[in-house]
Amino acid sequence: MSEESIISLKNVNKWFGDFHVLQDVNLEVKKKERIVVCGPSGSGKSTMIRCINRLEEHQEGSIVVDGIELTGNLKNIDNVRKEVGMVFQQFNLFPHLSVKENITLAPIWVKKMPKAEAEDLAMRQLEIVKIPEQANKYPGQLSGGQQQRVAIARSLAMNPNIMLFDEPTSALDPEMIKEVLDVMVDLANGGMTMIVVTHEMGFAKTVADRMVFMDEGKIVEEANPDKFFNNPESDRTKLFLSQILHQ
Amino acid sequence: MNEKIESRKPPVATTGIIGWLRINLFFNWTNSLITIFVIYCLYQFVPWILDWTLFSADFKYNYLGQQITNQEMCSRNLDPENGGACWAVIYVRFYQFIYGFYPREEVWRVNISYVMLAIALLPLLITKLPYRKIFLNFTYIFPIIAYFLLNGGFGLPDISTNKWGGLLVTLVLGCTGIALAFPIGVLLALGRRSKLPVISMMCVLFIEFIRGVPLITLLFFGMVMLPLFLPEGIDMDGLVRVLVAVTLFQSAYMAEVIRGGLQAIPTGQYEAARSLGMSYWRMNFQIILPQAIRISIPPIVNTSIGLFKDTTLVIIVGLLDLLGIGRGTLADTNWLGLSYEIYFFVSLVFFIFTFGMSRYSLYLEKKLKTGINMGAD
Repeated sequence: MSEESIISLKNVNKWFGDFHVLQDVNLEVKKKERIVVCGPSGSGKSTMIRCINRLEEHQEGSIVVDGIELTGNLKNIDNVRKEVGMVFQQFNLFPHLSVKENITLAPIWVKKMPKAEAEDLAMRQLEIVKIPEQANKYPGQLSGGQQQRVAIARSLAMNPNIMLFDEPTSALDPEMIKEVLDVMVDLANGGMTMIVVTHEMGFAKTVADRMVFMDEGKIVEEANPDKFFNNPESDRTKLFLSQILHQ
Repeated sequence: MNEKIESRKPPVATTGIIGWLRINLFFNWTNSLITIFVIYCLYQFVPWILDWTLFSADFKYNYLGQQITNQEMCSRNLDPENGGACWAVIYVRFYQFIYGFYPREEVWRVNISYVMLAIALLPLLITKLPYRKIFLNFTYIFPIIAYFLLNGGFGLPDISTNKWGGLLVTLVLGCTGIALAFPIGVLLALGRRSKLPVISMMCVLFIEFIRGVPLITLLFFGMVMLPLFLPEGIDMDGLVRVLVAVTLFQSAYMAEVIRGGLQAIPTGQYEAARSLGMSYWRMNFQIILPQAIRISIPPIVNTSIGLFKDTTLVIIVGLLDLLGIGRGTLADTNWLGLSYEIYFFVSLVFFIFTFGMSRYSLYLEKKLKTGINMGAD
């Protein structure tokens, strides 16, 4: 493992029953690096990033995040989750809490932050995602794009070093995708370490330091965006790109 | 070209009283037929019931102006053609219906408990109550105060629970059963879904055993077998034994109801809470349970109403609740044959409480749903 690696996956294997979802996955992510993961559905890309904060458990190999190895040790898992923020395809906001409460909940209860301070923090995060005026609404009253931006603000409020995005724009109407991607671009420019599973190739081209292409549980190709889009090595990648770019 | 345009009839009224009647009661001929039939039934029944319960009824005096002290003096026994209900039996036995055999000189303690119960319920009923937090704290300590007040202690003479009866026993059983069963049910529901096999198996066993046994069996179990499990020399109060049985019974049902709510929560909620670093308990108490309980309000109230009515079963282990006092009164030769009045009164009291609960649940649902999309995403 190189000195700078903040996330390191080594020979990670995982099965769902008999189905081998992750097969000898190796991935090193450096600090402040932006990785975009793509691949056909069922290729294991979501499973891989969900293993990084232990929403899924890997069965073989090692995953080390910021110097902490993910094992059955619950304390380690909690520590990793404090370092790693995650944004989901379905937003997963808490529908019974207001936008502000959604954001302050974890700082107050996990970080033991005083309520007033947490509320200030929440408002600052909402400024970053450009919807401070929605603070007192409930998630059900917001559009999909606004909900996803609240979800990003909620993750950022825990001040993570790493952000994982699991198809953050796949559940959005087309006209709302841009507002979410804009926030993500800002975040990337701010120096956040990011792993993004997405099919938004425009976003990938502007933001990614490295592209990772997965198929059938394996990482098929890793390259910088320029090489990945213009000169891919494997036939599988070429086929995938031709399909996705000719939509 | 110059043909006269026939004037049209105005559209059928759809607003106002006439419009409402037309849409709801006389929409087509079957609808009208049913309406007429129902009106006929009401016409037959309502005047008769009003007459029996109110206009021709005796309250304290019969139609001769005598104060009624036994069933022979009731107007309906003196003049079977014209007399209505004889509510005097309730009037004379009112004390027993409400307090059982609680000593008269100590009855202020029960009255204060009733008033305090009402105050304790206030913050639950009115969310905009000023100083609601203080009232809520009172709600939490109310059971302890009520226990010492009713039972004795701190200088108050002990009143044995076999002197309690009537509405007092019904309310003690109903309120304590519901209030204790709720937290136990929540823990059982979480336990049943636990990933730790020992915990989930224990919860499943407990729930399935209790649910598989009739409440009456549990009441006998509490009366007869519970003392066998206690160390020698400790005598458990009869009412407490019944309370244990009732609470166990109710908590098993509550657990299943809440588990139903838990299953409706999308896994994304768990994942979001987990990814924010929340612990198991924090996640459940802040995120999962508030939503699950909200979904389960109708069945929670349903089982609570069921329990409140099931408390009448304690009569078979010798406790005299409201119905028990009623049956005792019926067995009194002075009041033989007044079963209509007594069962009507007991039903009415139960109805007032259970109807209140069901309205409260509707209010809660309405309040908690405002502005919240409880859909899957």
